[in-house]
Amino acid sequence: MTGLAVLLSHWARHKVQAALLLMGLALATALWTGVQAINAEARASYDFAAATMTQDRLPRLVAERITLADYVALRRAGWPVSPVIEGEAVIGGETLRLIGIEPLTLPPGERVEGNPADFLTGGTILSAAPLDDPRARRADLPPGIAVADIGVAAQILGPDISYLLLTQDRSPQDRPAPAGYALIRPATTDLSQLTESFHLNLAAFGYLAFGVGLFIVHSAIGLAFEQRRALFRTLRALGLSARALTGLLLAELLAFALVAGAAGVALGWLIAGALLPDVASTLRGLYGAEVGAELTLRPVWWLSGLGIAVLGMLGSAGQSLWRLWRLPPLAPAQPRAWARESAQAMRRQALAGALLLGLAAGLLALPGLWAGFGMLAGLLMGCALILPMLLASLTRIGQWLSRGAVAQWFWADTRQQLPGLSLALMALLLALAANIGVGTMVGSFRATFTAWIDQRLAADLYVEAADEADSARLLEWLGDRAVALPMIRTTDGGTGVVGMVDHPLFRRAWPLLRSLPDPWAHLDAGDVFVNEQLALRRHLSPGDRVEQGVIAGIYPDYGNPMPQVILSYDRHRALYPLPILRHALITDIPAAAIRAAFPRMVVQDRAAIREASVAVFERTFAVTAALNVLTLGVAALAIFASLLTLSALRLPQLAPVWAMGLRRSRLAWLEWLRTLALAALVWVLALPVGLALAWVLLAVVNVEAFGWRLPMRLFPGDWLRLGGLSLLAAGLAAALPVYRLARIAPAELLKVFARER
Amino acid sequence: MLSLTAVCKGYASSEGRVAVLDGVSLSLAAGETLALTGESGSGKSTLLHLCAGLDAPDAGRIAVAGRPMGRSDAERAALRRGTVGLVFQQFNLIPSLDVAANLAFQARLAERHDPRWQAELTAALDLGPLLSRYPEELSGGQQQRVAIGRTLAARPALVLADEPTGNLDETSGDKVMALMLRLVAETGAALLMVTHSPRLAAQLDRRVHLRGGRLS
Repeated sequence: MTGLAVLLSHWARHKVQAALLLMGLALATALWTGVQAINAEARASYDFAAATMTQDRLPRLVAERITLADYVALRRAGWPVSPVIEGEAVIGGETLRLIGIEPLTLPPGERVEGNPADFLTGGTILSAAPLDDPRARRADLPPGIAVADIGVAAQILGPDISYLLLTQDRSPQDRPAPAGYALIRPATTDLSQLTESFHLNLAAFGYLAFGVGLFIVHSAIGLAFEQRRALFRTLRALGLSARALTGLLLAELLAFALVAGAAGVALGWLIAGALLPDVASTLRGLYGAEVGAELTLRPVWWLSGLGIAVLGMLGSAGQSLWRLWRLPPLAPAQPRAWARESAQAMRRQALAGALLLGLAAGLLALPGLWAGFGMLAGLLMGCALILPMLLASLTRIGQWLSRGAVAQWFWADTRQQLPGLSLALMALLLALAANIGVGTMVGSFRATFTAWIDQRLAADLYVEAADEADSARLLEWLGDRAVALPMIRTTDGGTGVVGMVDHPLFRRAWPLLRSLPDPWAHLDAGDVFVNEQLALRRHLSPGDRVEQGVIAGIYPDYGNPMPQVILSYDRHRALYPLPILRHALITDIPAAAIRAAFPRMVVQDRAAIREASVAVFERTFAVTAALNVLTLGVAALAIFASLLTLSALRLPQLAPVWAMGLRRSRLAWLEWLRTLALAALVWVLALPVGLALAWVLLAVVNVEAFGWRLPMRLFPGDWLRLGGLSLLAAGLAAALPVYRLARIAPAELLKVFARER
Repeated sequence: MLSLTAVCKGYASSEGRVAVLDGVSLSLAAGETLALTGESGSGKSTLLHLCAGLDAPDAGRIAVAGRPMGRSDAERAALRRGTVGLVFQQFNLIPSLDVAANLAFQARLAERHDPRWQAELTAALDLGPLLSRYPEELSGGQQQRVAIGRTLAARPALVLADEPTGNLDETSGDKVMALMLRLVAETGAALLMVTHSPRLAAQLDRRVHLRGGRLS
């Protein structure tokens, strides 16, 4: 205990250093656990949906119209079908997906929990959604879903059956669909697979932020070990074994890790709580996945948060502990001359960085999202490891180009500081490169997406009727005041299938990336168009074949994570007899007029759809932007931590220069300028790294994750803004150490020359 | 060259104010060498720092080269750049600069860099083979030779040396001392040297002893 008390006394005398160490680890843990909490919450929602909404996994029969009589006829003919009425309903002021089921014909594994008698006789809606009647609430349904007996649903949504579930476990291919019906296969991928890339993106950011945070921890621990070298030597000389000393330091580090980890988990909880609504909204908009907007405190989550804090601490302290273990009892007690060992260390680091870059380049040849993320990690870490050597070379050039004694000393001294600052500068490089890369990716995506959606939304209005009768009445009401183009789509085996009429409007709105000659004629003749994601996923080109026919064209389909096929309208009608409820209208009639005439009709004008789509897009990257800013903040904190801790070591280097006639205020300005110069250099070097990162994101990760290959665009204005931001962050980080230097008492500087030092 | 009149300096401590220098008066002519001796903690270094303008006295007057020492940081910094040269016990070379740059640094700061004079100093101090090395690669004696060369390269009128051989063994110390005294004499500068060693003090023109904050 005495030894531990002696070791801990260091932190009592260096409170700021202790605070930075705790803050660094807590922040790193917070960002990591925050992302983990969001991902865990979303995944739990998917699992929950998969476990409860089992009808989504059954094949189904669809037809233009299915009545109760049709259902009875099929049952009598021996078809094991169960009817479902499904639609959107406003219940208790909230729009919910209402699913009306017939509990007695559902297969045993698919039945809802509870007493079927209550369910039937009460006609009560069972839902986790906040319905008016508290008796109707159930905690075992996903949010946004209401399940009711089919009789209740029929009262709300109308009597027609939406589809018939095939309830017996047999391959649908064994038996052709009855006449007038189409067999729709269930999706082979579930929500968790579909959204995996999104969560992988988030997780990658979490790890990046964690890594950047660990730079602070590594820096603070390294400094604390250097400062205590004399103490370690004394303790060893007094008889403490290397094993005991290392053990005591491990105990000290574990105590720190647990305190910082607990704070980090709490902070991560707050971060996750703040970001979850945006993530939930993105997942809803992009994938139709419902994720609860409230976090659940899971033991595995906070335990893993504490675990990662301990691991991070041990990882950061590993090198220092290893050095201590090998420290001879009579090792020099003077703090290590960082510069002396740095040249060799920098060369080794740069070599490791070059190897990582080579590895990243090699991963280009491998397919898959993990290879893409491996490439990103290799690129970022490789460049970060090379950074100190590059900066050393640049400062050497600066010194060579300078003429004045002070300017030459400035550059030489800047190079001298690199070993102490390199970790913080590497963190800054990572944060800036991530900002540039992600910013370029998002900007390119935004520019392409908005241009694309402006083209895609060519009609004036888009309407969707509640039923076919309403649809027919609308067409009659419109008469020759509008051109109404029917739009029809379904999902078959997890692939969207769209029926499209050949009209100049759609020809304009559906640009093709690649196609056979005269592709629209091919479509009319029975060929198909496929979206880019399907083509990339299955390596398809025009002329290749999919289940629905020969590919005549490939079209961009940004924002849609699902594979999609377009058939001619007539062919779709033949394959999938579905009611025609949706139309694109070319008309001058205002949306409000149609809404007034048809209250049950969903009417959206082009601007509203565009606005909603762009909002989904913006929300998709809101979390990324927030994590970007947080990562930059952590990097600024890393610089602050390094500068503050280095400032104490700087005095012996600055005092002689002061003694030779350079004023404290000028030294302080030069210190500030040095930090700004380093931040500016790192920003310049981060530009190519960030652009390479953007290229990997656009050309590799996005293609693997979403199936979109976007053209890369450059945004120099954003780079300049980021450059300004990094200078501001570095300037602020340096402000306190520089202020202290400017105000330092001469007596402090004179101590450097005193014999006792 | 250097004149101190009734200089007082003290420090605040937990037991109240401690007087380190109590009315010290001293003068040093151009070209003269003076040894300042005293017990540890007697205030020798404090006196030297006051003469260099690194600190300001609480009372009394200090004049260097006939000019009273200013109170402002800027005036005192200008004095250090132009008139005074310092040699420290710890050498205090600039670790980021090589020997050649270290030698030239103060002279360039004072805008008095004379390459020919620097070459002469380099030869006299036998630093030629070491010019491209960095301080950490030098022995203590080599570092102190560089420190002396750096000080004299600016041709200061007053050299202040604080135990310049205190970190060296006797043989190296004697060599360094002899070199410094020869070069100081060649430049015509005055020298005030703090030392513990009566043997070294005896090599200088005069010797004063500091005890209880007063000179004897």
